[in-house]
Amino acid sequence: MIEIRVNGKTLKVPEGVSVAAAIALSGHDRFRRSVAGQPRGPLCGIGVCFECRVTVDGEPHVRSCQLLCWPGMEVCTDD
Amino acid sequence: MTADVIVIGAGIVGAACADALTQGGLRVVVIEPSLAVSGATGAGMGHLLILDENEAEFSITRYSRDRWNQMAMEMPSSLEYERCGTIWIAAVPEELPLLKQRCAFLQSRQVRAEILDSQQLAEAEPNLRPGLPGGLFIPDDAILYPPAAAGWLLKRAEQRGAAVLTGKRVTHIQAWGVELEDGSRLEAHHVVCATGMWTPQLIGGLPIQPRKGHLVITDRYPGFVRHAVMELGYLKSAHGRESESVAFNVQPRKTGQVLIGSSRQFGVTDARPESRIISSMVQRAIDFMPRIAQLSALRAWTGFRAATPDRLPMVGPVANRPNCLLCAGHEGIGITTCLASAGLVSAFILGDRPPLDPKPYAVERF
Amino acid sequence: MIESRWDVVVVGAGPAGLAAACMAAEAGRRVVVLDENPQPGGQIWRGEDHHWIRRFSASGSTFRGACTVVDQPEPGVLHVVGRNISYHLRFKRLVIATGARERFMPFPGWTLPGVVGAGGLQALVKSGWPLAGKRVVVAGAGPLLLQAAAFFRSRGARLTCLAEQTPLRRGLSFALRSGKRLQAIALLGRLCDVPYRWSCWPVRASGQERVESVTLRQGDRMWTEPCDYLACSFGLVPNTELAQLVGCELVDGAVRVDEQQETTVSGVYCAGEPTGIGGVDLALIQGQIAGCSAAGSLQRASAFFEQRARWIEFRARLQAAFALRQELRQLPDPETVVCRCEDVPLKEIRPHSCWRSAKLQTRCGMGPCQGRICGPIVEFLFGWKVDSVRPPLTPVRLEQLVNRGSAATADRHDSHPG
Repeated sequence: MIEIRVNGKTLKVPEGVSVAAAIALSGHDRFRRSVAGQPRGPLCGIGVCFECRVTVDGEPHVRSCQLLCWPGMEVCTDD
Repeated sequence: MTADVIVIGAGIVGAACADALTQGGLRVVVIEPSLAVSGATGAGMGHLLILDENEAEFSITRYSRDRWNQMAMEMPSSLEYERCGTIWIAAVPEELPLLKQRCAFLQSRQVRAEILDSQQLAEAEPNLRPGLPGGLFIPDDAILYPPAAAGWLLKRAEQRGAAVLTGKRVTHIQAWGVELEDGSRLEAHHVVCATGMWTPQLIGGLPIQPRKGHLVITDRYPGFVRHAVMELGYLKSAHGRESESVAFNVQPRKTGQVLIGSSRQFGVTDARPESRIISSMVQRAIDFMPRIAQLSALRAWTGFRAATPDRLPMVGPVANRPNCLLCAGHEGIGITTCLASAGLVSAFILGDRPPLDPKPYAVERF
Repeated sequence: MIESRWDVVVVGAGPAGLAAACMAAEAGRRVVVLDENPQPGGQIWRGEDHHWIRRFSASGSTFRGACTVVDQPEPGVLHVVGRNISYHLRFKRLVIATGARERFMPFPGWTLPGVVGAGGLQALVKSGWPLAGKRVVVAGAGPLLLQAAAFFRSRGARLTCLAEQTPLRRGLSFALRSGKRLQAIALLGRLCDVPYRWSCWPVRASGQERVESVTLRQGDRMWTEPCDYLACSFGLVPNTELAQLVGCELVDGAVRVDEQQETTVSGVYCAGEPTGIGGVDLALIQGQIAGCSAAGSLQRASAFFEQRARWIEFRARLQAAFALRQELRQLPDPETVVCRCEDVPLKEIRPHSCWRSAKLQTRCGMGPCQGRICGPIVEFLFGWKVDSVRPPLTPVRLEQLVNRGSAATADRHDSHPG
């Protein structure tokens, strides 16, 4: 298990888990707000649609479905 | 008679002409071979700015920029107009005197302008590299989204009765009107040729050449850049005649996206983006704004400016072409200067007093 | 600096790419395979121990995962980018095996969190997304729905409905005539207690901040099905962007190839879904042909031609059987968002005459997905041709557009998986 933080809350996830899955495991459904403020979450699951973008270690617009968790990672959903 | 005036070309210059001419009560038909705003207008940055290389460039940009600012209240939000101001940057201390000279020139002509010292510059644009010697701030320059701006001007003309025909190619301009590719003829008292870089195809012998440019746009990072920021060296790139040059030029779009330019190439007609040019253009941006390196780039594209030898547009009657007016050759500042050019065109046709001295832009100067 | 020690560069490590790499490497060529995923297998064999993956590992091919091609800076050279790498790669032969993505259909509520691609949800679950005990409605078109539904159930989901837009008669006649009927029967057996509805499709997803229910229509009947996830898939769209960037011609939205799987660009081959959605079996055959051709073994390639012809026939039947129904065009209402990146609703797009006009005036397709989701939608809704491809093929950090060209960086990412 590795430890990450999602929106400031510590979370233990198995190794090899994507950031998107970790966010879901933390109980979050909404990953971001669209440009008009609508709630959004992952759609394509394979890095094409960009709906699962979150901020990782301060870097915005990271596709969470394409990135595996690393220890100490700081994830912020943008909703 | 089909119309009082046929305007060829539905880029922002043709749109501005149609807008001005219908405001003067004329019946206008706009003919566009492709799609409205699909040429340089659809590819440009949308910077409304004053340039001051010479009196002619100053007069046309000053008049036009101020007109745009006056129109701001009427603009729909889709135009994404924002009076963000321009900051010209001195990259080295040796450029400071030139900045100060430009500042004095603008101030003496009642244009708001001020010099920023190194610290003021850093405060105005925190993502610039530290230690830059200073900047020239022109607060009333603005930006907008060119396709929407041209679309709005066209729509205003249509509301005053203009017709916009897209997908129709004019093959010949005659004293009585135009001939189309399909063999049909449209008659009018005047023909305005607002065909940008394609002008030489319709009117031979004009010194208008395509000058290719590249742009890159990022994802949304609100606040990363606050003003249209350009290096002073941009002027050298724009006014120079080198076959290839890049200059640092970034813009904050209202969406929070950062628009990154600019490049200039003569002698290239292939519209495909060139990674070599993009690479040096982006490197230039990183040199001035190191943190820009981390932003996500969504798209790169190109466009062709219609360049004239002295970088001023060609506006007015054409020798041996009765009833034909040229309005083309706006290089990289047509989004700004289209309003003055359109004002000149409508003054020629209506016989009104021109909004500025037309002589520096006269077609026969070459 | 340009890395140039490869005979064959294969883009995509799904069935077609792996088969091509195996054939070329086994013929003694130096082969590198690039894929966006960290592991080979593509979407279909993600996380599986498939014999083709084992064969690939033993083939002597080099695998580079977690990277993607963003540009062709000059003919014969690819610009490759990963999270922390960016370099140029020269190819003698290129095999494009970029697979497909799901086709989405806009209807009111389709942007709510919890409305997911059927394949997308599978990929998410394989990466650890929790699904146990969740109520899932699966809806759309094509045989992948069945497979997705069986997978969700195996991960503990409660499948409440499977809605297939295709009429029963067409689906049945396809299943009975295809070589896949045993597979279909086995899948159906595992789903025998799930309401499987033909000629049925979603008309609206509802919920406050996420999907809470879906309204389905079957004939004149409409009803609402509560759910935690609505997994939708209306077939697949070929990923042709790389092929277009290097100049390959398309025909009917797929890459045009000749008998050797060579595209209209000499030395560039294409196999699998980019040449037309035909499934894994066709992809494997085409991949083997492309690999042989790229290695110059034309004789060996021709041994697969007969098999390919059979699977191309299957492809035609598949596409005809699960063709999308016209009624789906009526699903979005004027306010329904079509371009999710820029939130452009249908009513703003409809007045335009073509894709370029809509893009310029509404921002449709101008967001980070670069039109990959809304492009196929407007093609279906309005018949527009959506064909502009510009670098970078996928968004990258600006610094990765600067050519510092260090091939050495890539070496650290080379691997021989297995």
